[in-house]
Amino acid sequence: MPGKLKAKIVAGRHLPVMDRASDLTDAFVEVKFGNTTFKTDVFPKSLNPQWNSEWFKFEVDDEDLQDEPLQITVLDHDTYSANDAIGKVYIDIDPLLSCEAATVISGWLPIYDTIHGIRGEINVLVKVDLFNDLNRFRQSSCGVKFFCTTSIPRCYRVALVHGFVEELVVNEDPEYQWIDRIRTPRASNEARQRLISLMSGELQRKIGLKVLEMGGNAVVGYLQCFDLEGESGLVVRAIGTACTLDKLSPGTAPNTTTHTNTHTLPNTAPTSNACNSPSKDSKESPLAHGCRSTHNSPVHSTCSSQRLSHSQNFSVSVPTLVFTGMGSGGSVGKEAGPLKTLLRQHTQSALEQREFPIFTLTCFPPGFLVHVGGVVSTRSVKLLDRIHNPDEPETRDAWWEEIRQEIKSHAKALGCHAVVGYSESTSICEEVCILSASGTAAMLNPRFMREGCLDTGGSDHRLSRQPHPGMVGSERGEGEVSSTWLGFEDASPPSCGFVHIPYDEFNMPFPAQLTYCYHCRRQKVPDVLFTTIDLPAEAEVTGKGCLIQARLCRTKKKAQGEVNATSISNLLPFMEYELHTQLMNKLKLRSMNALFGLRIQISVGENMLLGLASATGVYLSALPAPGGIQIAGKTPSDLSYDQHISTMQKRIDDTIAKNKELYNIHPPECIEEVVGSPIPDRQRSSRLFRSTSESSDELSELDLSHGKKDAFVLEIDDTDAVEDIQSLLTDAPIPAGFYSCNTEVMPGIHNWTSGLQMFTSVRVYRLSNANLTNQGLNKIFTDLCENLLKSLYFKLRSMIPCCLCHLNFTVAVPEEELIQVAVTAVAMSFDKETQQAADKALTRGSGENEEQLQFSMEMCGESTISNNQPTAKPSGVPESAMVHSSRVSSSERCSPLPEGRSRSLRSTRSLPCGAPVTVVKMTPLSFLPGTRIVKYLGIINMFFIRETTSLREEGGVSGFLHSFIAEVFAMVRAHVAALGGNALVSYSMKECVFMENPNKNQAQCLINVSGDAVIFIRESDQEAIPPLLTSRQTSSTGADGTT
Amino acid sequence: MSVELDVFVGNTTIMDEEVYQFWLDGYTVNDAVKVRMEGGVLEECEASAEVLRSDTMDQYRTFQMCERLLHSPAKLANQLLFQIPPHRQTMLIERYYTFDGVFVREVLGKKLSKGTKKDLDDVSAKTGVTLKSCRRQFDNFKRVFKVVEELKGPLVENIRQHFLLSDKLARDYAAIVFFANNRFETGKKKLHYLTFQDFAFCAGQLISNWTVGALDNMLEDMDVDLEKEFLQDLKELKILITDKDLLDQHKSLVCTALRGKTKAFNEMEANFKNLSRGLVNIAAKLTNTKDVRDFFIDLVEKFIEPCRSDKWTAGDMRLYLTHYTNSAHILDTFKHQVVWDRYMGVIKSCILKMYHD
Repeated sequence: MPGKLKAKIVAGRHLPVMDRASDLTDAFVEVKFGNTTFKTDVFPKSLNPQWNSEWFKFEVDDEDLQDEPLQITVLDHDTYSANDAIGKVYIDIDPLLSCEAATVISGWLPIYDTIHGIRGEINVLVKVDLFNDLNRFRQSSCGVKFFCTTSIPRCYRVALVHGFVEELVVNEDPEYQWIDRIRTPRASNEARQRLISLMSGELQRKIGLKVLEMGGNAVVGYLQCFDLEGESGLVVRAIGTACTLDKLSPGTAPNTTTHTNTHTLPNTAPTSNACNSPSKDSKESPLAHGCRSTHNSPVHSTCSSQRLSHSQNFSVSVPTLVFTGMGSGGSVGKEAGPLKTLLRQHTQSALEQREFPIFTLTCFPPGFLVHVGGVVSTRSVKLLDRIHNPDEPETRDAWWEEIRQEIKSHAKALGCHAVVGYSESTSICEEVCILSASGTAAMLNPRFMREGCLDTGGSDHRLSRQPHPGMVGSERGEGEVSSTWLGFEDASPPSCGFVHIPYDEFNMPFPAQLTYCYHCRRQKVPDVLFTTIDLPAEAEVTGKGCLIQARLCRTKKKAQGEVNATSISNLLPFMEYELHTQLMNKLKLRSMNALFGLRIQISVGENMLLGLASATGVYLSALPAPGGIQIAGKTPSDLSYDQHISTMQKRIDDTIAKNKELYNIHPPECIEEVVGSPIPDRQRSSRLFRSTSESSDELSELDLSHGKKDAFVLEIDDTDAVEDIQSLLTDAPIPAGFYSCNTEVMPGIHNWTSGLQMFTSVRVYRLSNANLTNQGLNKIFTDLCENLLKSLYFKLRSMIPCCLCHLNFTVAVPEEELIQVAVTAVAMSFDKETQQAADKALTRGSGENEEQLQFSMEMCGESTISNNQPTAKPSGVPESAMVHSSRVSSSERCSPLPEGRSRSLRSTRSLPCGAPVTVVKMTPLSFLPGTRIVKYLGIINMFFIRETTSLREEGGVSGFLHSFIAEVFAMVRAHVAALGGNALVSYSMKECVFMENPNKNQAQCLINVSGDAVIFIRESDQEAIPPLLTSRQTSSTGADGTT
Repeated sequence: MSVELDVFVGNTTIMDEEVYQFWLDGYTVNDAVKVRMEGGVLEECEASAEVLRSDTMDQYRTFQMCERLLHSPAKLANQLLFQIPPHRQTMLIERYYTFDGVFVREVLGKKLSKGTKKDLDDVSAKTGVTLKSCRRQFDNFKRVFKVVEELKGPLVENIRQHFLLSDKLARDYAAIVFFANNRFETGKKKLHYLTFQDFAFCAGQLISNWTVGALDNMLEDMDVDLEKEFLQDLKELKILITDKDLLDQHKSLVCTALRGKTKAFNEMEANFKNLSRGLVNIAAKLTNTKDVRDFFIDLVEKFIEPCRSDKWTAGDMRLYLTHYTNSAHILDTFKHQVVWDRYMGVIKSCILKMYHD
């Protein structure tokens, strides 16, 4: 009996009227855990019952504690007939099982019914007494912490990153066990909700066991998904990154040092033997971008891996040189070869035991990420068959295993030993299922993966740093400063290391155009870099970033079984190719050279495939400036055609110029000449300079005779291409005052105010014309996305200036001729005045001059400080006003009222008493601007089903879904508050399946949400030390201490 | 291609005050979109009509979902479904319970019954307030009426606490409840010139002076009903007009005081007996419910109209009523000073408020 679960039912309020005659309810509560059930007394004739029950005690195995939810059912007592259920509350006990998370669950929780929605609230108290379990063969994994956050949680320090954990469980779907006519919707829905809750618990426990086996104590970047496979069952699967985390005591947090630089691998020292004029070695390859991706169908059992030109990838090279700043020359060319091998050997040992060197993290401690190779992705089309034995889900396991192997081998081909920013997804239509996985090939610093060499100070840099979201941009400054403090003025800053190519220059996995890093001038970098991770904090960016989307629709014939699967898998490579082309074009159009947070989703429907790629484009200062886009007609037959092309060219050039203004991209190109650093190809650089200048005349001079080196050439050889270019230019400009990105933060914006608004928007479109061409469909799909974005901008106009962060689009084809688009994001407003100052400072900061650097730091510091005093709050910013909510300690807040008092209150006033509702912020990001997360309370992972048989009465499909989403938010907030939290970070809505049958006046929707419940405090509440100054000072002392 | 489903849900519920007003005013989505477009939001935000429509629909849906909560505003503060900052909650409630002056004039003093509700389409046609808005306002009146009907204590305070309204609005509702409860006639043609605020002021006077709660310091009964005893006592005032001596004495006292102070002196002197009879008769009849209902029409017919035809100024009126009231104290044989003051205090302020064009 290793655990005792105790629950107390205090009161209810806002209950629905269950007895029409009296307009009242005789409510009582059933509390169930496992097979044990307790009941409260009936509290007669009240809509606000006060039960004040005794403590119900369940003595249970901790294994059950992990798997089972506490089930609370509120019923209306009926003397003559069966008691009517009012609704239920499922409480996940898991947060109470870790000593570092919540200690009590206490508060008002919505009573939920799958048919009626929320029906009042119930006040409960739940506690767990855990006894130490010394059994080594235990099946439970209590105490392992779970985080949805894909970076190291803010009040922890990573001691060790163990690696990839995965698990999946399968079961029959209860929905399909009922025969449609017999089942009651309520029974079926509740069975499903309960089952999924159980399966999630089991899955989490099993993953926890794996973590314990690996010696870790936490899972970061925990991603759990459901596959509703229909007849073949229900799959719940999860992946994550096992880590050993150390909790930071509050005091130490902001004082950690920032000098990753001091720690270098000993074997990198030889790299300092410089090679002075490396330029001759560099061979320019034709412009193209490799992408590793495969598609395998069940029919072609061998995986036909196809390499697509045009996509992304890249790069690495000698990592640590950058940090130490030893020697003045760069190591290049052949010298790099053995070095990389060395590094590889070094890290190999740390990684080789692992089957999958895969990490779900997207944001890393500085120094962790050595080089980034590029995006690796794999898709596989499978035919679903019945899962015969739920206890041994080998098939599904094997499928994913196959895919992860594939990913691993792609990474290897890019010269990388690991994959970061990894995620998996599925798209199911009838019996066809597309499994997708993608990540970013990378080389990692092995320090984080081996024991012993951690505590020397350097490693905890960013991990332990408290979030100062306002100063994200300034972190780069820190890095540079620390290197200056160390006396290596001429050292290359760490801000460019990760973009250096990881693969061998002479043995490139795909054709790419390499140049010397524009930052350190020593290592080779690709011309374009695509990744699935967040922009590393130390990366240096010119200007601002923006959301870039590629959208694609492809029709396919309806088919069954293998024929269908084959046709889908035949289409996939073309779709990926086109999406990549679109991304690349749009990137160039914005004068940017790198994509972060790339997420490509391909959804399958009965007669079409949808592809949506979203990413945040930025201009990385270390990469070469992108050339313009050059249009070339293949057959310049007549005059009008030429004219057409030249007008189009003009439009493109204008757009590029406009975008440069908009995103403030003015790379300091002249530095090349001034510094006189070894530039591989002078001619080329001067041309680059010209191509990025804004005069269109000059641009037109930029002819193709130079070879396809700097300008990106689009050949118009058929009408398709014309359409493509047209669509390129039809992306509506973003309204003034708005920015958008799909990463955690927007490069170039630092001074966030506390105004923030998380939202979800869902749209379903019906395609009226069944005989649409691919082009027609594309246009419709693009318009859908654009219109949706426009709507969002309009809705949030009161928050200007603001940035939509973590814009996450999900597309689906729920039925033939239906397209569903769901968006979740957070709008965060920022301060305009200080923004400009910061902008200036940053532009200067990018010059490698110490004085300027210092200056920029001060400016940034100022902006962060002023950020802490949100005086210039834009009016109408939703949440900002209520931040200082009355957060009493949870036990106080919800303590049951003494009976006498509550009764008397009830009699004088029919209103239930109680403290005001705790304001709970929600955000898909891992932090809240201007605040500090002081405690992680546990993971929130909830699954709800809502069904209606009176769709019209509930306001049609929109009314139905609107209230359901609002209810889901409300339940999430209530559970966070009951854990004692005031925010949910890393929120995501992973599933939103909507089905309707208007003829029967019915609809059903399933939603799965997750996130991390936290307690945050305002930054300004603590002693207001400008974070930058602190880190600067400590970086100097830290340097003394550790070197 | 058509949008089949379109929703936007924020963690903090987004509400546009302008759209809220359209919704309250009973505009259809289409009308609201039209007005918004004319208002120029589009240019401001580079949006399309489509966007505006989607936004309007969305907000309307939100308001509809909130409406249930607005019916018992205290719930809005501790409900969990919508996260709305407190100041927005206050705004939502205040606006929801705000009513149109023209509308309330039509139903003021009427029984808040189903019958009245049925006639709202006529009211709507007459006032130009949309039927939907009329219904909301009517239902608000009825809801407030029903709740406070059963509560003890001061009316205004009850309304304010229960519906979380501002003091001003709570007072207006108190007036509406008071009028509805006593069924004062306000719809006669002669009363048309009076605004709701005139009546609300009078109601305030009546509530704070003539009800049980007025004297008893809000202990037992509520102050929706006029105090029966007081009404009974008013009968005693009749002596002022039935006793010939007393009437003459009163007149001469008033005239002495007024002489030379007003241009309308001659008319005042000539009309004194008529006017005095009018006021005292109103007082004496108030025990009949029927006559209570006619209180305002009587005031206008018996007092205000004669004065107006004699072209009294507002100053004249104040002067006259002051002396009329005070002179009664000097009358030796008149023993009902307390009742008289309680009566005349209200009458005086009501008449002064009602004496305008």
